Amino acid sequence: MAMNENSLKKVNNASSSPDYTEIVQSASFQKLLKQKRNFILPLSLFFLAFYFTLPILTAYTTVLNKPAFASMTWAWVFAFAQFVMTWTLCILYTKRASKFDELVDTIKKEAAN
Amino acid sequence: MNVLAFSLFLAIVGLTLIITYAASKRTKTTSDFYTADGSLTGWQNGMAIAGDYMSAASFLGIAGMVALSGFDGFFYSIGFLVAYLVVLYIVAEPLRNLGKYTMADMIAARFNEKKVRGVAALNTITISIFYMIAQLVGAGALIHLLLGLDYVYSVLIVGVLMTVYVVFGGMTATSWVQIVKALLLMIGTFIISIIVFSKFDFSLAKMFSEMKTATPLGDGFLNPGNKFKNPLDMISLNLALVLGTAGLPHILIRFFTVKDAITARKSVIYATWIIGVFYIMTIFLGFGAAAFVGYDDIIKANAAGNMAAPLLAQVLGGDFLFAFVSAVAFATILAVVAGLVLSAASAFAHDFYSHILRKGAATEKEQVVAARWASIGVSILSIILALFAQNMNVAFLVALAFAVAASANLPIILLTIFWKRFNTAGAVTGMLVGLFSSLFLVAISPNVWAPEPGAAIFVGEPLITLTNPGIISIPLGFLAAFIGTLLSSKKADEKKFDEILVKANTGMGIEEPVKH
Repeated sequence: MAMNENSLKKVNNASSSPDYTEIVQSASFQKLLKQKRNFILPLSLFFLAFYFTLPILTAYTTVLNKPAFASMTWAWVFAFAQFVMTWTLCILYTKRASKFDELVDTIKKEAAN
Repeated sequence: MNVLAFSLFLAIVGLTLIITYAASKRTKTTSDFYTADGSLTGWQNGMAIAGDYMSAASFLGIAGMVALSGFDGFFYSIGFLVAYLVVLYIVAEPLRNLGKYTMADMIAARFNEKKVRGVAALNTITISIFYMIAQLVGAGALIHLLLGLDYVYSVLIVGVLMTVYVVFGGMTATSWVQIVKALLLMIGTFIISIIVFSKFDFSLAKMFSEMKTATPLGDGFLNPGNKFKNPLDMISLNLALVLGTAGLPHILIRFFTVKDAITARKSVIYATWIIGVFYIMTIFLGFGAAAFVGYDDIIKANAAGNMAAPLLAQVLGGDFLFAFVSAVAFATILAVVAGLVLSAASAFAHDFYSHILRKGAATEKEQVVAARWASIGVSILSIILALFAQNMNVAFLVALAFAVAASANLPIILLTIFWKRFNTAGAVTGMLVGLFSSLFLVAISPNVWAPEPGAAIFVGEPLITLTNPGIISIPLGFLAAFIGTLLSSKKADEKKFDEILVKANTGMGIEEPVKH
């Protein structure tokens, strides 16, 4: 009997939509938004700046044509750095996102109660 | 005809048909058809994204460009890769949380009106079909070169195969064809790269110093500026490359094939590693072709350099490696076109038919039937267009697809997730202005108009010098979305935005996959 009631409750919970405005205003959701913004915004600006620096430098200057190592010029070094940058930012994001996931779990639990 | 190459082509066709047969038994519902029922793991979807993304333009095109123009060809590799940071940081997770089958689903989650869904579907179809014509034209030329078949038959073969995969196997078959292709492409590219590197005694220093004398460009080969002379055009291309990927419908629908946002995130990470390793190897393909095939022979086979990679395989490993690499290029095209058919067909069947025409009243069975017919329709349309487009420049079509994606889709995706005041009028204006401004700018560009006959589609002076419209049309797309929003008297529904904010960030309220 108790189990039946429980499952009935679950169904009701799932079908009635939660009050989203209340969730948005909750402390944990605001914390999630703030943490995401503080991570995603600066890093996105950084990678776009890093990315566009290469074509801007090669299109308007020849500073990257000087050899860096043996015959490899700085343009190539900068080009390879784009790959390293991309992979590094992937790893950083994965690490940070697991913190976001914990907050999301908290928010979901709070919303269920 | 090269018998070995022909047998390997057949083997690939056989393998993909077996995959399709197995997948067809698991393709019964709309969810199976559009998203493989959300059943893919992060690793599988990562491979499939890589397989969906690394097109013949990447494999054959970049190898050829690096071989002929040195550093400038490598810009494509960098842009195609860094674009995944935009996908990972900004688009993938909210998209998975808000959408169900198509990109329009995500926009409609906030603005549930027919015109919004309709315009979003129109963008998806336009981009997918332009992209597909490019792939089919490339496929026709490639098979013609490799097997000696007529262009018309080559396009028909690829066209029939892609239709079969999608109609019978839906997203499951498409995904597995893409996974197998990604694996084959990585193996093929890795083998060539290792052989090339061994010829330079596994020394980067030696490789770079020998490249200084290996080509007609001399020292200049290693410096930027051989291909892109107009700085603004160069920036415009880079802008379209880095922002276009996050608006390409056939890439976006891949995120609906996994169960949640966390798995979507994992699949982007896997894809970024695979794609990054692949694009690093394009240097070995390009340098190797320049050094061991030589400028004259590359140009002789194809003026744009598209045969550089297969020719390099021939020089390094004889007939077998040539046949293998050719078959890999063929598999590459098949996997990409299948993904494109699926993305255009789901926009037709799910957005236009189920939501707009039938107002959501179509039964499950009717929807699956509609999706299959839409796939056949999309395929036939693209095949016919590709037959007429035989002499069109493939790069022009791909540039169009990326520019339209970045101008028409990306602004709307971003503003839907992030801008509280954004409204229906803004979404519709943004999408339409992004779509038509990019199309118009390409129509008056040097891609379409050239003073000397044969260099472009029409003879005449182009009205603008930009070959890539991104630097104008992407800001225009954003601007139109802003202005449309501000001019509209309708106030944004703030409660709705709260719902979107919660759903996009937490994944609450998304439907659990139905168990069968």
